[in-house]
Amino acid sequence: MRAGLNKNRARNHYRAFVDHLATALAILATILVVAPLFAIFAYLLIKGASSLNLAFFTQIPKPVGEAGGGMANAIVGSGVLLGIASLLGVPVGIGGGIYLAEFGRGTRLANGIRFTADVLNGVPSIVMGIAIYALIVVPQHHFSAFAGGVALGIMMIPTVTRTTEEMLLMVPHSVREAALGLGVPNWRSVLSITLRTASPGVITGCMLAFARVAGETAPLLFTALGNQFWSVSPGSAIAALPLQIYTYAISPYDDQHRLAWAGALVLIVLIVLAVSLVRYVASRGILKGAS
Amino acid sequence: MLVCAISIFAIVVLIATELVMQSQMSWHKSGLPFFWKYNIDPITNLPTFWDPVNGSFYALPFLYGTLVTSLVALAIAVPLAIGVAIFLTEMCPRFLRSPLSFLTELLAAIPSVVYGLWAIFILVPLLREKINPFFMAIFNAPGVVKLFGWTGLVGENGLFGGVNLGLGLMAGGVILAVMILPIIASLTREVMSAVPNAQREAALALGATRWEMIRMAVLRNARIGIVGSIILGLGRALGETMAVAMVIGNSAEIHMSLLSTGHSMASVIANEFSEATSDLHRSALIEIGLALFIVTILVNGLARLLVWAVTRGAPARVN
Repeated sequence: MRAGLNKNRARNHYRAFVDHLATALAILATILVVAPLFAIFAYLLIKGASSLNLAFFTQIPKPVGEAGGGMANAIVGSGVLLGIASLLGVPVGIGGGIYLAEFGRGTRLANGIRFTADVLNGVPSIVMGIAIYALIVVPQHHFSAFAGGVALGIMMIPTVTRTTEEMLLMVPHSVREAALGLGVPNWRSVLSITLRTASPGVITGCMLAFARVAGETAPLLFTALGNQFWSVSPGSAIAALPLQIYTYAISPYDDQHRLAWAGALVLIVLIVLAVSLVRYVASRGILKGAS
Repeated sequence: MLVCAISIFAIVVLIATELVMQSQMSWHKSGLPFFWKYNIDPITNLPTFWDPVNGSFYALPFLYGTLVTSLVALAIAVPLAIGVAIFLTEMCPRFLRSPLSFLTELLAAIPSVVYGLWAIFILVPLLREKINPFFMAIFNAPGVVKLFGWTGLVGENGLFGGVNLGLGLMAGGVILAVMILPIIASLTREVMSAVPNAQREAALALGATRWEMIRMAVLRNARIGIVGSIILGLGRALGETMAVAMVIGNSAEIHMSLLSTGHSMASVIANEFSEATSDLHRSALIEIGLALFIVTILVNGLARLLVWAVTRGAPARVN
């Protein structure tokens, strides 16, 4: 009897110990995961902020070996590329999302498309780069901002489609029924009632996709190529912020390393702003709980 | 709307046909042995895989590099990600939950070129000076070599033999681990949240400690979904380009050592495509891209099916 009790007690101690150990390990894992994030942000702030100045935003890159210079052309170039990408990706993506949520809900075709969108989301961006190279750059015989924009736009489509669908599905049925009950045709109810109600969420999804492709480098390597000079024409090679960061990061010059850190800081600030905005919008109103 | 939706199909088909058409030249030259054959250099008697000068292209070292970096990444990321997911769903005080999940979301939003930049200037020196010497000391210690020498993993020709440059497969694997962590963690968290609370309560009511409850009720129920999220992380690791290209060291060779330089499938495309010396060279690179495309589609499809099978119909837990 006595021995049994002792054995039980030892066992309870052991179980409590394992429990504490598991808790400690989980906390340790969390710290280990958050640590690199803080490390990355700390280094970006320290190294990036010290090299940020007005010239960074107003000048184009200086020739190798000369100090100073900036990334004005790359910032503008990124803007052009993202503009082309949004023109392609946002309408197609929203349209696809509306189809999945409203017209094709539950059909086999819609399920297939949803699955394809998820799979397309996982296709490596470098593969997208090659495909666009073969599709646009080869027939045109030159690199162009247009090709880069299309590559980014195609990468936006699956993200926009899926978030649009999710947001539309969150609109309560009673809203749809109210519209249909008033005799509004279905397409009209979808466009001006359901989509309208879900618009903050849909915009959020677009921003998310935007933030994701804003930092993409791989699909631009052989489509937009990069450019050391001013260019805003969609028909010629264009500079982009991530490309410029890449070029400078692997170069042997300290000056260019500094510019790379500054560029990375600017890029990250833009992306963090977008993601925070998304979170803020998602935590309010009818679409609460989505993100 | 239907047209928009169908266009997603069209895009996938278009990518596939373009890749197949453009890789024809390499395919006709080498066929399927493209992925495992190699030539023997007549002078040094070493195998040569990728020789743009003589126009012979075989992709084995890139498959090897992709596989090794991905495995290193999974070995590091999986335990950490599951730990984080457990902490966030089961242990975390309420006020910490939302900022922590926001932070993991942010990690997922950092562009890969920024990871690469960080890796070149911070991670690689850290590996070279602190972490690699530590592993080298363990793996190359005489006692360890004597005990485990038969495995081939230790000693001068083992996992941590050779010259310690910092750059190499190890650096690629570690930066990949940092990049796939948030994906695995957030998906694991999702499937763990989908486990009904009644299961937890039942386990606790039987007198289980919290860890026993997690092990028996949560992990057991969510295991298929967790496997799915790990495979999804693997899919991302296989195709990740820029960060790996910046730290893997870029050499088309196969070495046992994690410290040696290498090349992954994605990184060789990024590095050589715009400077390809011949049409055959370019075609061979596109064939590697095609292989990458097929593999990631299979891996992602499998993972989606698994995650979908678990979360389907399960009511989300209200936080």
